[in-house]
Amino acid sequence: MRGNAEAHELIAPGSLDGVLELLASAPGEWTPIAGGTEIMVAYAAGRLREKKLVSLWGLSELRFIECSGDSIAIGAGVTFRDLRAHAGVESGAPLLANAATWIGSIANQSRATIGGNLVNGSPAADSSPALLVYDAEVELISVRGRRRIPYSSFHTGYKRNAMAPDELLFAVHVPLRFAQHKQYLRKVGTRRAMAISKVALAGTALLKAGVVSEIRLAAASLAAFPTRLYRAEAALQGRPLIAATIREAQEKLTAEVVPIDDIRSTAAYRSRVAANLLDEFLRELLPAEARR
Amino acid sequence: MSERRTRHDLRISFIVNGEERRVEAPPMKRLLDVLREDLHLTGTKEGCGEGECGSCSVRMNGELVNSCLVPVLQAEGAAIETVEGLGKAGKLHPIQEAFLACGGAQCGICTPGMLMATAQLLAINPHPTIGEIREGLAGNLCRCTGFKRIFDSVAAAVCEMDSRTGGAHAG
Repeated sequence: MRGNAEAHELIAPGSLDGVLELLASAPGEWTPIAGGTEIMVAYAAGRLREKKLVSLWGLSELRFIECSGDSIAIGAGVTFRDLRAHAGVESGAPLLANAATWIGSIANQSRATIGGNLVNGSPAADSSPALLVYDAEVELISVRGRRRIPYSSFHTGYKRNAMAPDELLFAVHVPLRFAQHKQYLRKVGTRRAMAISKVALAGTALLKAGVVSEIRLAAASLAAFPTRLYRAEAALQGRPLIAATIREAQEKLTAEVVPIDDIRSTAAYRSRVAANLLDEFLRELLPAEARR
Repeated sequence: MSERRTRHDLRISFIVNGEERRVEAPPMKRLLDVLREDLHLTGTKEGCGEGECGSCSVRMNGELVNSCLVPVLQAEGAAIETVEGLGKAGKLHPIQEAFLACGGAQCGICTPGMLMATAQLLAINPHPTIGEIREGLAGNLCRCTGFKRIFDSVAAAVCEMDSRTGGAHAG
């Protein structure tokens, strides 16, 4: 079955205020659409349930990247092409810039937005693991005002999030205090281009005299939504980074994740590869002579 | 700011291949269908219809997009370039000539998208490496020629465009 254009309403208020007023006038009734790389796929297949859509494309209020001293503010309407081309993102949040290069194709990157990636809430979302290990915050906006919450508490379930029905994702704030950290991000998919991840793992870590003084780990495609791996982190925090610690962290990770079998992979494969990726990251932190 | 509310036909105006065009279409109608059905520009092909294959690639405001994923409302005021705008009547664009010379096209369904992705790549990167060519065309799938001849075609287009401009063109 194909999508029927006449079965859907699509309007463009033309300003952020106009969109927010519309959302407030009928909370939950209107679905925002930015670059359409998710919604238009559902539409074309005839499975788009949302009948009332409000366009965010072209709203300059949402398409900005601002670097201040201690963070980068990224408007929700920033495309992945904008992100990968931005020198401040490349230097300040290299994992995010890297993730932006492997989201879909060039034609997808020129339309897909970071806000859409997060609000869509796919368990496999490409920008999420990087944002989680950078302790990013998301800024939500409505006619009632703005609020900021940690990105780690944004997703609340499969394709569910902490936004109220009248709220819109306004920006993502990425702290810049990870320059001294070792940083890691690897996506495993069926092929390098245009493949949704089977597993992705990100990490930021600081070692002092062989001891893990700070570590953040996050994964995609290992739970109902992208998530930090707190138990694996706890197994490493404050511990000397030796083979036994790495093994224990791998065991905690395996116990913590809740992957599924689906068309892209199996739960067993995802767990095993995630543990291998953790091993790869942690071994990169060791002095050269201590690596396997 | 005028609010557009109808789910029925909306008047859209945009620039297609340098000419101002106006259409009346439902706002959710895909740019792909507007190009093919309303403007009779059937060079742009539909492959997968879900943004995976790149057959429907066009340039919109200087960016490569899959026209199957663009509701026409979002093309209001945009400058669109399709494969019909690449060459001129009786005179192929060097990218088209290179695809012809190198056997970069077989059944032809993917070809307009390949050409537009190549035009986009060379506009921002006139001297791509083979890795950059592969990345620039990674969203365009061919199921008959194979990619080797297509990548060769892009490399040949780079040489041809260079020779025409004495190696100094900037895209």
